[in-house]
Amino acid sequence: MSVAPKREDYDVVVIGAGPAGLAAAATSAEAGLATLLLDENIGPGGQVFRAISSTPVTDRNQLGTDYWVGADLVQALRAGNAEVIHRATVWSLDRNLDIAVSIGGASAFVKAKRVILATGALERPFPIPGWTLPGVMTAGAAQTMLKSSALVPDGRTVIAGQGPLLWLLAAQILRLGGRIDRILDTTERGNYVAALPHAFAFLTSPYFTKGLSMMREVKAKVQVVSGITELAASGDGQLASVSYVAGGKRETIPADLLLLHQGVVPNVNLAMAAGVEHRWDDLQLCWSPVLDASGSSSVAGIAIAGDGAGIGGANAAVVRGRIAARAAVEALTPAAAAKLPAMATLRSDLAKAERGRVFLDTLFRPAPQFRIPAGDTIVCRCEEVTAKDVLDSVAIGATGPNQLKAYRRTGMGPCQGRLCGLTVTELMAQARGKTPQEIGYYRLRAPVKPITLAELAAVPKSEDDVKAVVRG
Amino acid sequence: MFKRSEQDKRPPVQIFVDGVAVAARQGDTVSAALLASGVDARRSTAVSGAPRLPYCMMGVCFDCLVTIDGVGNRQGCLVPVAEGMRIEIQKGKREIGR
Repeated sequence: MSVAPKREDYDVVVIGAGPAGLAAAATSAEAGLATLLLDENIGPGGQVFRAISSTPVTDRNQLGTDYWVGADLVQALRAGNAEVIHRATVWSLDRNLDIAVSIGGASAFVKAKRVILATGALERPFPIPGWTLPGVMTAGAAQTMLKSSALVPDGRTVIAGQGPLLWLLAAQILRLGGRIDRILDTTERGNYVAALPHAFAFLTSPYFTKGLSMMREVKAKVQVVSGITELAASGDGQLASVSYVAGGKRETIPADLLLLHQGVVPNVNLAMAAGVEHRWDDLQLCWSPVLDASGSSSVAGIAIAGDGAGIGGANAAVVRGRIAARAAVEALTPAAAAKLPAMATLRSDLAKAERGRVFLDTLFRPAPQFRIPAGDTIVCRCEEVTAKDVLDSVAIGATGPNQLKAYRRTGMGPCQGRLCGLTVTELMAQARGKTPQEIGYYRLRAPVKPITLAELAAVPKSEDDVKAVVRG
Repeated sequence: MFKRSEQDKRPPVQIFVDGVAVAARQGDTVSAALLASGVDARRSTAVSGAPRLPYCMMGVCFDCLVTIDGVGNRQGCLVPVAEGMRIEIQKGKREIGR
């Protein structure tokens, strides 16, 4: 069932079949370039358009029109000649544009003239006390189950956090007959004032009216508590209750399911492992790659499109995918670029899609206490390292995330820092009185997802490869 | 914790969780099928033995690790169910040879 790539060399390899990757691969193939699209999931769509070709939620109003845009992108891709492989996990990309990909338990290797990384975003860590308890999940996790399997919460459910996805998810759960007992809004009061100067751009963006009507839809059915300043999950081996402080008053409510969300951040692992330069983004509070206007990174031949290039949302991701693909076409077969929409048109599409983003980033900037935990709260879920452990290590000389590995193994578990990296950087920066940029991030390396030694050992080897490592 | 929407008309798929037959649907991931089934699907961590369930459902958190058809440490959220699939809730770290 698993199919290896048909060729060893491609003009363009796109990694990730979300909004950016679908658009990039379709554009590249349309221009006649040999295009390979590799994606880790079962089908196309990434997270925003998850299960777009297979969702059992067939009533179009329930997932909303913004979701079904994804079907057009998939159709455009399928109309062309791009080779598409799902359940394909790329575990290495280097400066020579050599790619290693694990498909069905075996690794294949391909080389590209241009690589477009469309590895998207993941939800920002939400390290509150008890966030590792069974019954605590991300809002995105619930949305994934809703889209791909029409599953909705039916126990006592609390949604906590902030940001557009939280309200969209709540609306979708209610439309499908699911249960939400309470929404705890963690947006800081001061953010409303800070965001005000950017409000005009947002008022004229398509997100404004949609967002407002969705919040109205949810608030009519669910009790919403705003101004949450503390949040904790507790239970013995399973979530039993959620406690919070709002307006100085503490309340504890029984719960079977707690869904957390405080925005999304670029999924940087593959790009960083390939050597792409990243910088700390003070507005979005995450690492973003350093890119030119076409999405080209500091590594020749590697471009980044979509939310992996800095959070911009699905509409911006689609346009960034087209821009990165057009730049690849211009570089490889300039004549074919004439068939594609002009770069100026694409850039104006992008400006439109990004309108209002600064407002959202400012309004939904997560509060420090939900980013930088204290005491026994777990920071690194894989190695079960607490905030106190990290601070103790700083006190005896750990200077940054990489030194911390030697002290505590943070970031060395299977998730490779995806769920703790930002927390560790900000926690250490605060403890040492430095900026996150000065503290830095984990040094990421291939394999960016775990593969077995057996799979590595089964990789075809030339005589030279064997000579290089065998003694005598 | 989760229930299936009535509009879901996908064909059933039977899987076995620690030897017990469980009804899933075609297109479910292993993790989604486990969470929908109501069985106690909590794994225990390799470090402290703490109980965990899937957290992200999108392949980044590794809290869905599970033994599938005799192979340990599989990310259940990335693997679709198949008829007759044998799932074991993984307690602790992966064992040598599986």
